[in-house]
Amino acid sequence: MDRNLIRKALGAKVQFIQGDEACAYGALLAGCTFFGGYPITPATEVAEVMARLLPKIGGCYIQMEDEIASIAAIIGASWTGAKTMTSTSGPGFSLMQENLGYGIMTETPCVIINVQRSGPSTGQPTLGAYGDMMQARWGTHGDHEIIMLCPANVQESLDLTITAFNFAERYRTPVLVFIDGELGHMRERVIIPEDDEIAIVNRTISNVSPDEYVPFGVNGDLVPAFAPFGAGYHTYVTGLTHNEQGLPRASSAEVHNRLVRRLADKILNNTDDIVLYEELETDDCEILLVSYGITAGVCRDVVATARQRGVKVGMLRLITIWPFAEEAVARLAQQVRMMIVSEMNMGQIIHPIREAVAGRCDVRLISKIGGALHMPAEIMEAVEQWR
Amino acid sequence: MRQEIRICGFGGQGVVTAAVILGKAAAVFDNLVATQTQSYGPEARGGAAKAEVVISDGPIGFPAVVAADVLAAMSQEAFNKYKQDVKIDGVIIVDPDLVIDHHADQPIYCVPATRIAEELGNPIVANIVMIGALTAVAHPVSWDAILASTLESVPARFKDLNQRALETGFEAGQAVASGNGRAAASVDRDSR
Repeated sequence: MDRNLIRKALGAKVQFIQGDEACAYGALLAGCTFFGGYPITPATEVAEVMARLLPKIGGCYIQMEDEIASIAAIIGASWTGAKTMTSTSGPGFSLMQENLGYGIMTETPCVIINVQRSGPSTGQPTLGAYGDMMQARWGTHGDHEIIMLCPANVQESLDLTITAFNFAERYRTPVLVFIDGELGHMRERVIIPEDDEIAIVNRTISNVSPDEYVPFGVNGDLVPAFAPFGAGYHTYVTGLTHNEQGLPRASSAEVHNRLVRRLADKILNNTDDIVLYEELETDDCEILLVSYGITAGVCRDVVATARQRGVKVGMLRLITIWPFAEEAVARLAQQVRMMIVSEMNMGQIIHPIREAVAGRCDVRLISKIGGALHMPAEIMEAVEQWR
Repeated sequence: MRQEIRICGFGGQGVVTAAVILGKAAAVFDNLVATQTQSYGPEARGGAAKAEVVISDGPIGFPAVVAADVLAAMSQEAFNKYKQDVKIDGVIIVDPDLVIDHHADQPIYCVPATRIAEELGNPIVANIVMIGALTAVAHPVSWDAILASTLESVPARFKDLNQRALETGFEAGQAVASGNGRAAASVDRDSR
């Protein structure tokens, strides 16, 4: 891929763009050359940018007939060796669940952007929400781990989409990037990073001959080397429980155990690399605001206001949602008196937080649904009332 | 210093475009921090439209308007809905041909943006007239920044028209802000 073409397609280094557009920019910078998708508010601008820019860099954009086909297309295209992405919102993400599991089971690197709106069902198309946080974790059936990142602003939407591609390539698995309708349509300044400012990870390509190639065989790091379709290697790709050769062994407890536990362990053994979070004023805080996504900016204001009033408030901002930042939450639970979790849903991430806290401090929820962001004043009022 | 600006009217008037140009002027050309958000109905034209810009010299947490420092209203419905969310020391700019009944506690500056745009040859630039006036009245960004942002945001063949719209709006804004308003562009301070 010609980096100069990407730079030329993206345009000026400093731009005033939407969160959706920033996700698309991040994908192109990460080396994405294939996008299969179906338009849906509030995610359509991701697809629009990809449709406009991918042809300019020699990539391919396909508008599929629906979201089931969209994720199928990016999984298939990924097997040619391409970096691939789709974008959608809640109703489309629901349709993608079966193939999300297929991507996990077949160890297919790809990135899915979900610009969340409220549900259930068609819900509020033009408004933001974070109601798919648990669906991301358990929406597809069966035992599995998933990687999901939650940017808090437009610049981070670009930066973390690059990170998502890197995780997808490094761990050979689908990676989710979740923003919401508010952030997806919000504009902020974005500075497009230079190539020497970004790390780009590419999947490990098999370097053995086709005769010696074991498609799902692993050494130390639990992630098999990849052989793209068309390179002369034979790979049988199936969602059935399969052995290292990729052949179905759907009745074998042993093969299933080995495969599914390896798929989980390749993520769980690398949480030091994958689990990202930010702490603000946590050194001496007695009340901890736990936040993620666009709500984090609101909580940042509340921390500043509370500190001005002499209340020891800090913030833990979850950047990686899955796998969950258990250690950070457990550590802070020993220090603080209370955690206040502000969510644009009826309480989803509060559940793994309570599990990690395990009764060591009070955990309270400020739930907001209907499309509006939390106001700083309403979180501050709760802090004053509950302190 | 955080400044919150709300531009509202109905779909098709370009209130979102106006806010994007203003935000871009701040964030790209004046090197300030800015966030721009919007809400609008599903209709392409005629529904209620609202766009907001928050401009600051430091990081912005809550990205939208809490209480506006500046309200620019281009429809009666929008004015009626949002006038109570203006700070007591804020300012309101209205297109008096579209906001006939404009009474509020804050000073109201009347800039007939749509009529000015029509006189320039195309009512479609009323939004640009309005941000020109807004820049003169409330100074959220520099003149150079709003001009550069406008010219970068409009199609090449409309650059001249948009520049004239911005300049005329800016002059109208200066006139009302200095109290030397013409009949067409007047400050309505008695309305408080």
